[in-house]
Amino acid sequence: MQAFDYIEVKVPAKPQYVGVARLAISGLASRLGFTYDEIEDLKIAASEAVTNAVQHAYHDEKVGEVILGCALYEDRLEIVVTDHGKSFDFEETKKKIGPYQDWNEDSPLREGGLGLYLMETLMDEVKVDHGEGVIVFMTKYLGRERGEGHVKPTVFS
Amino acid sequence: MNLQVEQVDKDLVHNFKIIGEIDIYTAPKLKEHLTNLEQAEGMEVELDLSEVNYMDSTGLGVFVGFYKEVKAHNGKMVIKGLNQRLYRLFEITGLSEIMQIKEIEGGEDHASV
Repeated sequence: MQAFDYIEVKVPAKPQYVGVARLAISGLASRLGFTYDEIEDLKIAASEAVTNAVQHAYHDEKVGEVILGCALYEDRLEIVVTDHGKSFDFEETKKKIGPYQDWNEDSPLREGGLGLYLMETLMDEVKVDHGEGVIVFMTKYLGRERGEGHVKPTVFS
Repeated sequence: MNLQVEQVDKDLVHNFKIIGEIDIYTAPKLKEHLTNLEQAEGMEVELDLSEVNYMDSTGLGVFVGFYKEVKAHNGKMVIKGLNQRLYRLFEITGLSEIMQIKEIEGGEDHASV
């Protein structure tokens, strides 16, 4: 297993805290040395995931918590967003996440699909698990153009 | 995290200047400002986003909803002042093909926040 630093941010599943999660991502991404544009991409992608979790929580009519788990590797940033509100084992959660499901089979413009479409476009890798709650797992590599050489199979695919 | 919406109507064009960040927290406020506008047949609306320093799909969603409403009244909606980053969002979502986007004069983007 590659070494990584792990940072977890837990916020109430309320709209006003999405910006806080976004700022945390921005700080971590800048620590890793991502470019200005990449940091902006990460901010949007992370916000989309947290926004989904917040909207999900609102449908449940009870406000839970959203956890943003960030693993900082030498060459990439991995982000896991869950709306469980429960702490989780990052490595275990990663293993459980299945292959990417096609969110966008209709149109990226259909309601609710836009955020998912953006995550997919702005990150190098996005995986989603609908188990108890929703888990979004995404990766962005340092110094890599989008769509470049990240097709090699990993343990998750 | 703040959002400000200023409305300046000039001639028959409704001008909205949007300042700040558009996300799930601020999008309802933006939506309220836009839907408060009484829709008239053939109306023209200009949205100035030159001072928007963050936007995600919730913002795009508000603009899509408003665009549909304006179109339903045979109106015209123009988005202007997009920096390179914001324009890219409209581009990758295909919205730049649908909506009328006015390029920044001089062609210089000001992507700094």
